[in-house]
Amino acid sequence: MANSATLTTDTRSQWGGGKSPFSISYGKLMMWIFLLSDAFTFSSLLVSYGFVRYSFSGNLETPWPSPDQVFNHFPFLHGMHLPLMFVSLMTFILIFSSVTMVLAVEAGHRMAKKEVAKYMFLTIIGGAAFLGCQAWEWSQFITGSEAGKLLADGSIFHGANLSMNEYGPVAFADLFFIVTGFHGMHVFSGVVLNIIIFIQVLNGTFEKRGHYEMVEKVGLYWHFVDLVWVFVFTFYYLI
Amino acid sequence: MSTHTANTDGTNHDAHDHGHHHETFISKYVFSMDHKMIAKQFLITGIIMGVIGMMMSLIFRLQLAYPDMKFPFLESVIGQWGKDGKLDPNFYLALITIHGTIMVFYVLTAGLSGTFSNLLIPLQVGARDMASPFMNMLSYWFFFLSSIVLLSSLFVDGGPASAGWTVYPPLSALPKAIPGSGTGMTLWLVAIILFIASALLGGINYITTVLNMRTKGMKMTRMPLTIWAFFITAVLGLLSFPVLLGAGLLLIFDRSFGTSFYLNEIVAELAGGIERVGGSPVLYQHLFWFLGHPEVYIILLPALGITSEVIATNSRKPIFGYRAMIGSILAIAFLSFIVWGHHMFITGMNPFLGSVFMLGTLIIAVPSAVKTFNYLATLWKGNLHLTPAMMFAIGLVSFFISGGLTGIYLGNAALDINLHDTYFVVAHFHLVMGSAAIFGMLSGIYHWFPRMFGRMMNNTLGYIHFWLTLISAYCVFFPMHFMGLAGVPRRYYANTAYDQFNVFVDMNQFVTIAAIIGGAAQLLFLINFFGSIFKGKRAPQNPWNSNTLEWTAPVKHIHGNWPGDIPYVYRWPYDYSKPGSELDYIPQDIPDADQTDPLDEPKAVHFDLKNTTMPLVENKKA
Repeated sequence: MANSATLTTDTRSQWGGGKSPFSISYGKLMMWIFLLSDAFTFSSLLVSYGFVRYSFSGNLETPWPSPDQVFNHFPFLHGMHLPLMFVSLMTFILIFSSVTMVLAVEAGHRMAKKEVAKYMFLTIIGGAAFLGCQAWEWSQFITGSEAGKLLADGSIFHGANLSMNEYGPVAFADLFFIVTGFHGMHVFSGVVLNIIIFIQVLNGTFEKRGHYEMVEKVGLYWHFVDLVWVFVFTFYYLI
Repeated sequence: MSTHTANTDGTNHDAHDHGHHHETFISKYVFSMDHKMIAKQFLITGIIMGVIGMMMSLIFRLQLAYPDMKFPFLESVIGQWGKDGKLDPNFYLALITIHGTIMVFYVLTAGLSGTFSNLLIPLQVGARDMASPFMNMLSYWFFFLSSIVLLSSLFVDGGPASAGWTVYPPLSALPKAIPGSGTGMTLWLVAIILFIASALLGGINYITTVLNMRTKGMKMTRMPLTIWAFFITAVLGLLSFPVLLGAGLLLIFDRSFGTSFYLNEIVAELAGGIERVGGSPVLYQHLFWFLGHPEVYIILLPALGITSEVIATNSRKPIFGYRAMIGSILAIAFLSFIVWGHHMFITGMNPFLGSVFMLGTLIIAVPSAVKTFNYLATLWKGNLHLTPAMMFAIGLVSFFISGGLTGIYLGNAALDINLHDTYFVVAHFHLVMGSAAIFGMLSGIYHWFPRMFGRMMNNTLGYIHFWLTLISAYCVFFPMHFMGLAGVPRRYYANTAYDQFNVFVDMNQFVTIAAIIGGAAQLLFLINFFGSIFKGKRAPQNPWNSNTLEWTAPVKHIHGNWPGDIPYVYRWPYDYSKPGSELDYIPQDIPDADQTDPLDEPKAVHFDLKNTTMPLVENKKA
């Protein structure tokens, strides 16, 4: 299709019909458009987060908790105060998996099947590791601290769920689960897609097809998921 | 099947070898991947949903006109909801909710955009089919499934969702709030999520097809205004429906999993045993109207695009201000994203914010007026061919003016304090969005019926349908303005509950009688539509002497649209009555005498009025 790069920069013929104005295939264009639309879904959740959080400003009775105080655990380092260390590690893993994805796409351009397979595999490992970390983070959040929160009826509640939260307002936990959960679901789908593409790479599907464009398409999705995480991380953990 | 019959233009399907699959009934009519068949599927599903939505409105109009009378037939139609011939108040709320949902989403979004984007985008830009026919098929089936889920909610315990088509919390967020808040509301949400999936699959396809698959010479500035409208509509849908998805997701969590995004100060007994604090119902309204306002233009823009095309063709004149039309579509699309707050003036939103939203809202009047005057200027001194399609298109312009003017009142934050949630609002949006868009849709159906089914519709029935519909629509919605100004609130079961509204009893009866006549007029349309599919006169190649590419494709539908090569495009689509030309139209695929490169523009014609022969008007009135 219109995959071949055109040398002309003449906008007249670029937009004159008969070919893609961006010189990309319809599939890749569709992925871009889908991602734009998905960005709005995440925006709606993040804007809701902002809306709810703003409504707690100045609320001294149930103040919005500081993320440093909530997410300060690290596996095997029990009892130490390590604010945001673990989530930083998670972020690093996810961004690193984007790097391996770039390398896979680049190898695809050179039709280097083995390298594509290698870097796809590393990307899958990265995604799976991120999901594992998130599972740990969630379980830590759900289990809660030993101190817990004293309830009105005298019992003590530890951790958080969708209707209770020892760290502060329930909305804090609700939004945490929704926003990171929705993102995690995207990562999960990304890992599944990557595995499918990885298997197809191994089977030589793309070598027969003559190009590794599918790797590029899942690559776009994967970078998008990473980019969204940067926003989630900034809005939820840093500020 | 009929794969080997000759086409009307003498070419044979075999000339264009498309795949080697054998078409079965299932692959041709049910799981079809052909955009023309999918368009028909959307249209017929849309019509069925439209009939259901309209019948619902007739039932609640009966209640509003005769609140104390008993209609024994109701019991046989809606069973326990109409016990002893009295409409149940809860079911009244359900009816207005589902009427709104069906009309807004299922008829005027999917039925309108789904039908005409699917039919016209590939045919008018010169493509074999949509970018991804498979996703296109999925888009229809998600829509179909969504319709089934929504209709099934009529049969569940407690009835369908009853919180109004906007389903504001807490009525929608607390399953025990009103009867319809239970299973019915859950099914509503499921239906809408399926609908969003359908809209996204369709929208991605429409945008990609328009950008990537135009035939050689089809520059963006040579696209018919229909395509511009469908294209921008798809962009609007793609950017606003995801926000409704986000809103729906949070609502589902509030309903089923004990969160409180939209709920505040709700005691545990009312909320499934969990106290709800910290949320805000206004958050939902913001998210909803971020979709809800662009949604208005998702409904209206395709209708305006169809009107542009129909009016230019049937005035035998170039559309007036082609680039201004594109500019105003873009301006409306942009503005539609920053004015959602005008639905929320009285929610307690910061009044300063209200004035910002008001400013944006009133600015929309500018591109809207540009479009209106362009329509009028196109009609001015045109050689008008008043086909039924043209009548409906002019009807749209009429509604667009009469309904649009009241929008200026409603967009005013101060006046809205009085007018909010009254019948004034009902009148406004039923004229400008409901009637106008339905007229655009009907105009499109009458205009492209020959393209869809290869047969002509009956003109006489078309004219009767038009006049009855136009007059009854005005008789239904115009009096509502006065009721609204007097403060009659919308969504009330019986307006006679308040003595001061008793003066409107006669008016309500008048409105209902007009509505029944209008409903009956649609029967004529249905007879005409379904009758013509089987019995209509065979359509000629280009019944309206139109310039656009879809009329160059063979009448009989084939895969890939054109039997040979796809035609190139040499000119814009509005070369009607071009001085110096033999006929009063020049299809887009006809080059000028010395034009070889499709990208070149045809020569501009310089002429002095005295010595120029005007083109012959081809008189095909048979």
